[in-house]
Amino acid sequence: MAQPVLAKETVDQPEAAWTPDRPIVEITDVHKAFGPVEVLKGVSLDVMKGDVVCIIGPSGSGKSTLLRCINALVDIQKGSIRVEGQEVHVPKLDKLALRKKVGMVFQQYNLFPHKTALDNVMMAPLKVLKQDRRDVEGRARELLAKVRLTGKEASYPGELSGGQQQRVAIARSLAMGPDVMLFDEVTAALDPETVKEVLVTIRQLAEEGMTCMLVTHEMGFAREIADHIYFTDHGRIVEHGPPAEFFQNAQDPRTKEFLSQIL
Amino acid sequence: MSARRRMRLDNAGTDLPVLLPGAERLADRARRDRLVGTMPRLHWTHGAVLAGLIVLWAGMAEAQTGAAEPGVFDALFRWMPLLLEGFGFNILISFMSMAIGTAVGVALGLGQISLLAPVRGSSWLVTQFFRNAPWLVLLFFVMFMMPFEFVVFGTVIPFPDWIKATIGLALPVMANVSEIVRGAVMSVPSGQWESSESLAFNRRQTLFMIILPQCIKRMIPPWMNLYAILTMATVLASIVGVSEMMTLTRRALAAEQNAFTLLVPFYGFVLLCFFAYCYPIARFTLYLERRYHVIT
Repeated sequence: MAQPVLAKETVDQPEAAWTPDRPIVEITDVHKAFGPVEVLKGVSLDVMKGDVVCIIGPSGSGKSTLLRCINALVDIQKGSIRVEGQEVHVPKLDKLALRKKVGMVFQQYNLFPHKTALDNVMMAPLKVLKQDRRDVEGRARELLAKVRLTGKEASYPGELSGGQQQRVAIARSLAMGPDVMLFDEVTAALDPETVKEVLVTIRQLAEEGMTCMLVTHEMGFAREIADHIYFTDHGRIVEHGPPAEFFQNAQDPRTKEFLSQIL
Repeated sequence: MSARRRMRLDNAGTDLPVLLPGAERLADRARRDRLVGTMPRLHWTHGAVLAGLIVLWAGMAEAQTGAAEPGVFDALFRWMPLLLEGFGFNILISFMSMAIGTAVGVALGLGQISLLAPVRGSSWLVTQFFRNAPWLVLLFFVMFMMPFEFVVFGTVIPFPDWIKATIGLALPVMANVSEIVRGAVMSVPSGQWESSESLAFNRRQTLFMIILPQCIKRMIPPWMNLYAILTMATVLASIVGVSEMMTLTRRALAAEQNAFTLLVPFYGFVLLCFFAYCYPIARFTLYLERRYHVIT
């Protein structure tokens, strides 16, 4: 695989320079292409600590790719992404440090099927952060209680419903003690009844002040929970604003069309 | 258990209690058909029928011999200890080939998914080369390529034929295990890699703590299948002169002046031994395949 051309390492703002008054996630003019297909064509957005940001838009508009760029699951061709002032888009990225800061939850839950719910939550702190087993287990049980799964500690993912699995996945991400949580269409694979239990968990997190970035198709939820909504189409942010404004007076014709189809 | 049963009923696609037993059976059969394709299904009765035929065959040969000649069964019983000893040798060769082939094959399979292009490329080449070579030719090749003894610091260490045969048979096993490992790793959904990566696991940790433990279940059935095939292939060693069961059978028959009436019972006995050994493995493999297929 050819090594992509990476941006020059930025030296002007070391990590220590970050203070909570600056954006916790700073995305500037990000370009990403998969082969000849350009998925992101210059996306910029800032997220402040404690903000809940929802990214909406038609499928294939680059929403999920954008989230994956933030924790370096996907590399970018151009632009800059900073998490707590630390540039993500550098060759010598400290991936461990970045991924401790940024948790991610996926559409397909992606729990480890050979481990129990409790082990799923405990695994990363135990094996990656090498924390003490007793501490980790205590916190893991607390996290499972928090996502209302007390009693399911010993269940394997295959024995849990989609909504339960997704909540285990949320607990698993939280176990790393992240500052930012990314949610990639976390309710898209769930049936309508279980969507709610997952959304309640996310809302609880948001209310506790966790910085959240959600890619979602749940417009009602986005309107209710988001501080800011971004609408993307064809790799660009077409329109954004606080939910009240965004849903009531969208200006761009593409946004209007999308909203008319969804709402 | 009840959850599984309920799921089964759902799959059967009927709510009528009268239809349930039949529908369940049909759903079961459909699932099995999807699994094993259109292959005829093995059942233990098939094994019993085959064993019965062979015994009958031997009995018929016995009946054909005149009263003056010594009985076929007498001859067979006389030679049986030697033949079984030879069979034990076949098993030994199969065990060792499998052990060597698996150890090297797993490494080769992991090489095939390496991020380093040279490692990946060479592992792929070796795998493909040995996977697509006739086993017998590989056996000959190793036989004639390797010396019959080593001299280390003046000490002569003999290198017997059967060890060479073991190595020769380990080569195709290695290549097939390599493909089994690669295939199993590839069959794990990419989401597992993604989520592990987002939880800060590095590639090595992901592979050994998350991906491979999930693969083992998927690898066992094809691996056992390969073992059964290997066991049957150990008789190839007779062609290069190893004293395993086939060689010993030929010698025993020669000692009996190649009596025509003995040919079928003797070779039948060899077949029966291999059948008795390999068939349970095939059955067990099938059972595992079904079981793991449902769970994963």
